[in-house]
Amino acid sequence: MTIEKLTSSVKGMVTSFGLPRVIIALFLLVLFILAPFVGVNVGTSLSDTLNRFGMNAVMVLAMVPMIHSGCGLNFGLPLGIIAGLLGATISLQVNIPGPTSFLLAMLFATPFAVILGWGYGQLLNRVKGGEMMIATYVGFSSVAFMCIMWLLLPFSNPTMVWGYSGSGLRTTISVEGYYLHVLNDFLSIRLSDHLLIPTGMILFFALLAFIIWAFLHTKTGTAMTAVGSNPVFARASGINVDKIRTLSVVMSTWLGAMGILVYQQSFGFIQLYMGPFYMALPAVSAILIGGASVNKASILNVVVGTFLFQGIVTMTPSVMNSMIHTDMSEVIRIVVSNGMILYALTRKTEAVR
Amino acid sequence: MNENEVPLLEMKHISKDFFGNQVLSDINFALKKGEILGLVGENGAGKSTLMKILFGMDEIHQTGGYGGDVLINGQKVQFASPIDALAAGIGMVHQEFSLLPDFTATENILLNREPLKYTWLSEVFGERMNILDRSEMEEISKRAIARLNVPLDAEMVVSQMPVGHKQFTEIARELSKESTSVTEGIKLLVLDEPTAVLSEQEADSLLHAMRKLSETGIAIIFITHRLQEILDVCDTIMVMRDGKIIKTVPAEGVVITDIARWMVGRDVNTAQRQARDFDYANKPVILSMENLWVDMPGEVVRNVNLNVHQGEILGIGGMAGQGKLGIPNGAMGLFPAGGKITFEGKQIDLNNPRNFLNAGMAFVSEDRRGVGLLLDETLEWNISFTAMQVQEKYLKKYLGGAIKWRDQDAIEAETSNYVKQMEIRCTSTKQKAKELSGGNQQKVCLAKAFAVAPKLLFVSEPTRGIDIGAKSLVLKALRKYNEESGTTIIMISSELEELRAICDRIAIISDGKVFGILPATTDSAQFGLLMVGQTSALQEGGSV
Repeated sequence: MTIEKLTSSVKGMVTSFGLPRVIIALFLLVLFILAPFVGVNVGTSLSDTLNRFGMNAVMVLAMVPMIHSGCGLNFGLPLGIIAGLLGATISLQVNIPGPTSFLLAMLFATPFAVILGWGYGQLLNRVKGGEMMIATYVGFSSVAFMCIMWLLLPFSNPTMVWGYSGSGLRTTISVEGYYLHVLNDFLSIRLSDHLLIPTGMILFFALLAFIIWAFLHTKTGTAMTAVGSNPVFARASGINVDKIRTLSVVMSTWLGAMGILVYQQSFGFIQLYMGPFYMALPAVSAILIGGASVNKASILNVVVGTFLFQGIVTMTPSVMNSMIHTDMSEVIRIVVSNGMILYALTRKTEAVR
Repeated sequence: MNENEVPLLEMKHISKDFFGNQVLSDINFALKKGEILGLVGENGAGKSTLMKILFGMDEIHQTGGYGGDVLINGQKVQFASPIDALAAGIGMVHQEFSLLPDFTATENILLNREPLKYTWLSEVFGERMNILDRSEMEEISKRAIARLNVPLDAEMVVSQMPVGHKQFTEIARELSKESTSVTEGIKLLVLDEPTAVLSEQEADSLLHAMRKLSETGIAIIFITHRLQEILDVCDTIMVMRDGKIIKTVPAEGVVITDIARWMVGRDVNTAQRQARDFDYANKPVILSMENLWVDMPGEVVRNVNLNVHQGEILGIGGMAGQGKLGIPNGAMGLFPAGGKITFEGKQIDLNNPRNFLNAGMAFVSEDRRGVGLLLDETLEWNISFTAMQVQEKYLKKYLGGAIKWRDQDAIEAETSNYVKQMEIRCTSTKQKAKELSGGNQQKVCLAKAFAVAPKLLFVSEPTRGIDIGAKSLVLKALRKYNEESGTTIIMISSELEELRAICDRIAIISDGKVFGILPATTDSAQFGLLMVGQTSALQEGGSV
């Protein structure tokens, strides 16, 4: 192969993959190469990255249905997370230990996700064109409302309520003894002391991703994409646009609920109150970095975006920290993750029609 | 007027194309001081493009400029923006009002050109603190209104004015532009359909005012669809068609029928007429509309009664804004509609596209990019989508129909079939619809409609914005489809010639009603008369 051919094929690959992704991927690669020289274990880093990928990927996947139906990025993800939190807390209240509690949490979260998602969808159908702004405030206000409810709801499991008063849920609740690491440990592969692959969690994401991929290949899924691409065209083809949009919002909300459950079983804690408040932005950023636009997104965007975003957020603080020998990891983590969010949101306009 | 005088405005060999689509070619005319030129032509004849060139609108520069020269007082000019044109003393009154509704007539007339008074504050803070000289403003606006000679109250707020007075305010604004150090006084006024919104009486006083203005030496280019006004007020008549000047004649001695004939063009045929004898009267009525009204902005349908016979091609024509486009859009359910539509003996519930499609009708929209296409999707999706959603074609069913999987192979086969059949020029069936040219996009829209195999097909403006070659292909495809599958076609078009080329009979819509239905073989001048709101002597061709 001549040099010219090589450059042109490289150029073709870069354009098809997208220049921003190439740059971020190269940066991530540099971080991995630097890591051993500054005393950071590559195995641990890789393990962390995979773990965080698994924890967040389902919530990033929750962006896909709404993007397809033209409802924009799901800034109202906290609403889905709240459905997941309700499922989780009710499951703990029922107090069946072990992996069953995870299934119960999924089961209990589903009706909440459907009902909340339906209402959220109705609201978004009334504010066409301004969905993302409204969605942001739906997320914020639902979090505030639930701050009251967590105190008032009659939960009584001693592991969840405040010890001194005996009522009202704690801000963080451990899931140890219930579903801690149920997915992480399922079929997990230990390659070395430091490198552990959380197979079960990744498989669970793969299953949900497959379901969404398959759905988008059905008649209704096709209609959803068309609604997002040109709602007037869809209407002129006899599609009930509002119904399809509502369906997509319900799906996104349900995936948000599943996402937080996956997150909890790996993280080990249920975070209530202000916990869901800032969950939407990292997910939105990840899918944008993955190459999605406001009305086009694929499963590949989800995978690539989540991996790059979480990789950078995991690697930069640890590598930088070791390089400057002061404990700045939290500051760097905040700077990097918000910097990534800022970068991703500026990319948002690039593919708007 | 002296023949040797240098003309005020001269346009020489003006030509313009939009991405290879020739819209103006070799336009030559001259306009003398104080002359009133009546510019007429069908929609899309190139009138507004010509005016945009004169004004140096951005749209022209962004699409590659124009060919030829514009001369003012014998000097070649090239305006970079409308502001330059205004400075050179050319004024334009648009069809849409560009007025501030909560300001008075005076304030609107002098907006941003107010005479200013110097105060002690300006001494301290500079010129930005000057105040408006109200009495001077009033005087200027009264002077401008007096030139018009109309009863316009200078102190009235625009939002409370009748439409006619809004129009007068716009004209007065142009007239108030007296010569200053930086700009020249108004020399040429372009009036783009100023009478369209006026009552007859108001129109009369406007025409009167125009004549007065021309006596003071202001030249006027008057664009209108009301031909009688042209005869009443103009010195010269210029008729445009298909981007060319067909006739420039002195107004004296011309009759309306002549203008109508030049406008619609009998001798020049863009589409070859394919005459046929179709005995529609003996065919059953497949679709009937009774008292149909449609609330489509700009194309309001008030009361349409129409019977369509099985197997015919019915044309619907008329001027823009008269409601011809509202008919298919309302029937389809894209805009709020009322009345009664019966298809094959069954009444169709309006306002829901699904009912329309389920009944076996299809619609090719005039708004290709907005309604007709999924611009960001492949041709395969565009062509198969409607048929897939409405008739469950191209689907593989699993689990007893619970899962309806998109059948990629069937979609691909069908699409390449249509690509071949309709000669759609594309790199592959996976190409995105937005990458195709206008003509090929139109063919995709037609293929989409053909894919649902409709019993009745509405086609709205099928040749708008596409070049002549694609035009005849599209028309041929429609005719062929009608003959081969017996599908009834209702074709809506602003171009009378193309309606006459393939239709069996043509209904002319005026003011939201069917004004007349004539066989397509009727002399085009008769259609021209119907279009401009004059009843034709020949009223045949079926029930109105």
